[in-house]
Amino acid sequence: MTAQTWTYILVGTTFLVYIIIAILARAGSTKEFYVAGGGVNPIANGMATAADWMSAASFLSMAGMIAFMGFSGGQYLMGWTGGYVLLALMLAPYLRKFGKFTVPDFIGERYYSKNARLVALLCALFISFTYVVGQMKGVGVAFARFLNVPFDVGVLIGIGIVFFYAVLGGMKGITYTQVAQFCVLIFAFTVPAIFISLQMTGNPIPQLGFGSRGPDGVFLLEKLNQLSVDLGFSAYTSINQSNTINMFFITAALMFGTAGLPHVIVRFFTVPKVRDARVSAGWALLFIAILYTTAPAVAVFARTNLINTVSEAPYADVPGWFTNWEKTGLLQFTDKNADGRIQYVADAATNELIVDRDIIVLANPEIANLPPWVIGLVVAGGLAAALSTAAGLLLVISTSISHDLLKNYLRPSITEKGELYAARVSIAVAVVAAGLAGLNPPGFVAEVVALAFGLAASSFFPAIILGIFDKRMNREGAIAGMIIGILFTAFYILYFKPQLGGPGTPDQYWWGISPEGIGTLGMVINFITAWGVSRFTPAPPSAVQELTESIRMPRGSALPSGDLH
Amino acid sequence: MNKKSTYWSTNLKYLGILLSIWFTVSFLFGIVFAETLNQFQILGFPLGFWFAHQGAIYTFVLLIFVYVYLMNRLDKKHDVDEL
Repeated sequence: MTAQTWTYILVGTTFLVYIIIAILARAGSTKEFYVAGGGVNPIANGMATAADWMSAASFLSMAGMIAFMGFSGGQYLMGWTGGYVLLALMLAPYLRKFGKFTVPDFIGERYYSKNARLVALLCALFISFTYVVGQMKGVGVAFARFLNVPFDVGVLIGIGIVFFYAVLGGMKGITYTQVAQFCVLIFAFTVPAIFISLQMTGNPIPQLGFGSRGPDGVFLLEKLNQLSVDLGFSAYTSINQSNTINMFFITAALMFGTAGLPHVIVRFFTVPKVRDARVSAGWALLFIAILYTTAPAVAVFARTNLINTVSEAPYADVPGWFTNWEKTGLLQFTDKNADGRIQYVADAATNELIVDRDIIVLANPEIANLPPWVIGLVVAGGLAAALSTAAGLLLVISTSISHDLLKNYLRPSITEKGELYAARVSIAVAVVAAGLAGLNPPGFVAEVVALAFGLAASSFFPAIILGIFDKRMNREGAIAGMIIGILFTAFYILYFKPQLGGPGTPDQYWWGISPEGIGTLGMVINFITAWGVSRFTPAPPSAVQELTESIRMPRGSALPSGDLH
Repeated sequence: MNKKSTYWSTNLKYLGILLSIWFTVSFLFGIVFAETLNQFQILGFPLGFWFAHQGAIYTFVLLIFVYVYLMNRLDKKHDVDEL
């Protein structure tokens, strides 16, 4: 069977599984719709969180980015995992104890202010929407490339699937579908890596394999360093000293951003107890770590394979995958010196090969000559990653509208049935809106997605942390901190992103910090502002101080009775 | 009341220790001192590179499970665990 047939079979089967799970796990109440009834097993929640977290970008793009960045790629590996330590130690247990449905719920109650709730709500909507559009686009691209359907049709199929299980099942349906999607995506990511590791080093564990010796007895990393240096690139494992401050700030922005992302935080509202929230974050990170420790191995294998296959190879003899990817435009060869061979070097003037980093994971099985079913599996895995993240984000958007905006802001008198209906309608609208935006993404969307982390780090993270750890923190401090933090970060990004029309150039960066890392500074400014303003304004009311006391203790009810909206 | 504040200050002590380790393996070993550590080898990897691409992540997972263990014990000791 061809790779194409395998792809149809594997994608079709996995989609059928998702739909069956969705039907079995329908939501009957708002509590089931928003937080899956609060009764999800911590290990299952860990898997769901992992699937929610690992997007099309983690699955398809990250290993490719690392392959071309070498050592600095570690900023993504550490940045997108380290936030879970903060979540488990400083946020998840306390927010679970607080026991409501959303992040704006917490901000609104802890800072006794409808305006604070509204600010939080707008931040959550903005962050989630930009993020979800990228996922819908990813679904379209994967379909278009492997199932030979037009990009638009690919996005529409994606909308259809997510629409079905998200509208029907809410958080309950999404959670159990995500468990299945996690299994698919982790299997799809690790199987090719194991095969390639065996091929190149004889060690079946990729995490150890990329530190092993190849058949010629030389350490793989030493060989790659040598190959890179010979072609004029810097050595793969060596540090770019001038980039140290920037790498530090980007890593921190990604970590604190992760801990402030609403669709991640809300997952910890779904488990039964405070101690479940703690251990669930541990399971989530363990499941995420399987992919995140395999990815750097994939990066090293792919980069070595790529250089070995193409460098100085006669163009007439290139393998089939090379020509296939050339057709998509993601691989470009121009024979500058007309010698009929491929010169792949660091110097832009003589380099003849341009490789889009997004193709590394998808092309890797072909480059390593793996059987066709592996290619189908990788596509199914990429789709699972994109769909699971999209669903989680869409739920945050719909909850923000039906619960935070409608129930708690505009029409508090709405009935449970009415709210559930509104939640379904708003998730339906959100799916369609995200799909349409994914069909025709405004140029800046892709740019903004990466920056959602900086915005989350500079707005939500300090407000939540101070709300738990500083009893004296008040409404004035938190709101001032959030507004100044997010404005500073957004302004710096707008100024220094040429794609967004900013006039700034990299040599004007403050201390060499690029826009991706500025969220860290925005967060520090938020903390200082909040602390300063709160000491010169009245202390929070005693009921709020008691609330802060009570969320620190696992036992007992967090809320004064009668306050359950 | 006094009991509650011991519970909380012990929790903060755990947080301080575990987060220092979190900071050390990622920001110090994986970034700031990575060049120096790269002179040493572990399992075929330059050490600084290994922390940035592998070691920090393993440590993160461990830190969470250690915290879970410590807190479950502390909750019981102070009789504030959920029933």
